[in-house]
Amino acid sequence: MQNRRSNRDGRQRPQSEIKSALRSLQETHAANLRHKASDEELLKFYEQMLLIRRFEERAGQLYGLGLIGGFCHLYIGQEAVAVGLQSALTPGKDSVITGYRDHGHMLAYGIDPKVIMAELTGRAAGISRGKGGSMHMFSVDHKFYGGHGIVGAQVPLGAGLAFSHKYNEDGGVCMAYFGDGAANQGQVYEAFNMAALWSLPIVFVVENNGYAMGTAVKRGSAETDFYRRGTAFRIPGMNVNGMDVLEVRAAAEVALAHVRSGAGPVLMELHTYRYRGHSMSDPAKYRSREEVQDMRENHDPIEAAKAELVKRGVSEERMKDIDKQIRSKVAEAADFAENSPEPELPELYTDVLVETY
Amino acid sequence: MGIELRMPALSPTMEEGTLAKWLVKEGDEVKSGDILAEIETDKATMEFEAVDEGIVGKILVAEGTEGVKVGTVIAVIGGDGEVTPSSAPVLTEVQAAPPAIAIERPVAAPRAADPAVPAGTNMKMSTVREALRDAMAEEMRRDGRVFVMGEEVADYQGAYKVTQGLLEEFGPKRVIDTPITEYGFAGIGAGAAMGGLRPVVEFMTFNFAMQAIDHIINSAAKTNYMSGGQMRCPVVFRGPNGAASRVGAQHSQNYGPWYANVPGLVVIAPYDASDAKGLLKAAIRSDDPVVFLENELVYGRSFELPELDDHVLPIGKARIMREGSDVTIVSYSIGVGLALEAADALAAEGIEAEVIDLRTLRPLDKETILASLAKTNRLVVAEEGWPQCSIASEITAICMEDGFDHLDAPVLRVCNEDVPLPYAANLEKAAVIDAARIVVAVKRVCHR
Ligand SMILES: Cc1ncc(C[n+]2csc(CCOP(=O)(O)OP(=O)(O)O)c2C)c(N)n1
Ligand SMILES: [Mg+2]
Repeated sequence: MQNRRSNRDGRQRPQSEIKSALRSLQETHAANLRHKASDEELLKFYEQMLLIRRFEERAGQLYGLGLIGGFCHLYIGQEAVAVGLQSALTPGKDSVITGYRDHGHMLAYGIDPKVIMAELTGRAAGISRGKGGSMHMFSVDHKFYGGHGIVGAQVPLGAGLAFSHKYNEDGGVCMAYFGDGAANQGQVYEAFNMAALWSLPIVFVVENNGYAMGTAVKRGSAETDFYRRGTAFRIPGMNVNGMDVLEVRAAAEVALAHVRSGAGPVLMELHTYRYRGHSMSDPAKYRSREEVQDMRENHDPIEAAKAELVKRGVSEERMKDIDKQIRSKVAEAADFAENSPEPELPELYTDVLVETY
Repeated sequence: MGIELRMPALSPTMEEGTLAKWLVKEGDEVKSGDILAEIETDKATMEFEAVDEGIVGKILVAEGTEGVKVGTVIAVIGGDGEVTPSSAPVLTEVQAAPPAIAIERPVAAPRAADPAVPAGTNMKMSTVREALRDAMAEEMRRDGRVFVMGEEVADYQGAYKVTQGLLEEFGPKRVIDTPITEYGFAGIGAGAAMGGLRPVVEFMTFNFAMQAIDHIINSAAKTNYMSGGQMRCPVVFRGPNGAASRVGAQHSQNYGPWYANVPGLVVIAPYDASDAKGLLKAAIRSDDPVVFLENELVYGRSFELPELDDHVLPIGKARIMREGSDVTIVSYSIGVGLALEAADALAAEGIEAEVIDLRTLRPLDKETILASLAKTNRLVVAEEGWPQCSIASEITAICMEDGFDHLDAPVLRVCNEDVPLPYAANLEKAAVIDAARIVVAVKRVCHR
């Protein structure tokens, strides 16, 4: 890979030029803050967000019933991020990778809720045949690459996926999601460095939901403006409201245009909020109920989209219909996940290696 | 129609908890997502949310009640008639643990022997270094997805010159110098393999790969299994491993046992040039992640190498380097040279040793070891590395479990001394295995 930097010989670019390049995407975004969605498009976003919300609620319920085990990290509250960003991507062409809070990203990429739920319940019909669980799910067909349980690991892996897009010249972009907590992992900056050095087609997405387990951002991060953390690598940053699906979508377009032009990575910070505990078992003592209630009542991305649709004159009927459809889709997924059989015991030994030696 | 709300479990092990607080009262209208109650255990608190809408009918367990069993009906929500019945799952009976079932472990198919070298094939002398380079170059010519990345692999021609000439032939797109950032580029290599490429990631030495071991194990080795066979990671991590010379403790360690411990990895540690070439080519073609352990002290040694268009050897097959009937010496990597040296010395004293080069550490070729043990009834393992939890320990265990009836003497391990490797020449020499120590051990098992 050729180095992009013209200053390999040590010449300095003027500071002002660098600064404005780093800010330019934010300015483009500010000039056109919200995506001009048609009614149909907004309905589609609403539907996808609602699917994630209802799916996750049901997953929480199945967990309570003992049907889901281990860790189960719900995406409730963060729906606008995955839906807004991934609506600008093409499954099967652009790759997506994230951490363990991955159900929403899969649903937003059009992966069948039945096989996701069946993975959560550890069944043979699950997307990983019951051998991955909530944190380890993949769909190579969609180019959804997981589903990773080690905080931050998905960031260099994502840079590797971006490397393969560039190497194959397939026009694809990788979107690599990670949390505000993961943003403090050293390997993230190793990946930033190489992604910028080699102009890899990748959008780094920090989903800043305010907390890493029980650690509030300001207790764990010296620089709490995560979008600025690419500056040292000359990666332009974007600071985005992650609770408005149309703002998220508009920002995604700006970032993707930059990346697809061959100009290298972009770092987006999406401000969002997790309503539920970190996983199912959570002490819930590190934040106040009022704080959570305020986010739910005044900043909910789904309620906001609903209100906007109503204001646009979309009929109550239509909304109710969507609601009903999603309920039955989720009920169907839950039934499937509850009633499909567990993996056969010989599955214990399959897929350790691909080949036989 | 009413929906029964049951006491949820906050974790798979929770059996009961405290219903700390009701946030709704009878007659309240709730919708999906509203918090109904707070449940507590000694470890955690959970807000219990409504999943359906309706009017809170009866509250059956008062707030503050302790010891509420998971699954107890705590309230009833009157539905609005629109709720799909199946949307209110009932607690499934917790099934009694099934009796322990003996699962048949799959039996490995007999492993392929090395392909026969056709009569009349020209044998040339080659260093291990050249053999490795040629393996990479041939595979890069054969498959456009193969590329090489690592520190100093391109411009500098490799810190140990193993990648010499590759940049010139394949250009900077396929021969890539990385910054000194092992965790990061191991992750990029693993990610590129998930994305369909065939990366060969060079570590300047495996000592530095400890910073990358998370990606080697968690990202590369476990992915195929965790994805139910859907997502592969055909990456090769290669570089020198084991003690070099006078570089001190941090630069001198054998990681063979570390990686050989991990299901999902293939681990190869060749000794001579022919195996280095044939197995590296096989490693690059493999659909599995491979850790390929070389040895700096062996790079410059010359061996016979058959001049073939495509010299590929089977992974997972040990090689009998020297036949003998009195005792078996099992080794791998640099230890093989020492074992052969010891065998020569022993032959002079009338002891015929069979020397086995494992070549692949995972999957391990038990059959070849046990067949040799059945013949010689005595076995010594020689390993340039620490003794505790070593490959030598593993082979000893295999002999106990599967070869006990054939043993005429205890299996002995000849390993490095159990200390960090010292710098001083005399101490270093004292710490690392040599042929003389192998000879002593062999004589002990032969009662001589
Ligand atoms: C390397 C590593 N360290 C610690 C953990 C345990 N852990 C899992 S999630 C988490 C918090 C991460 O928070 P953040 O990145 O903000 O993501 P969020 O959960 O908010 O989505 C921790 C510490 C882990 N899985 N991996
Ligand atoms: Mg967080």
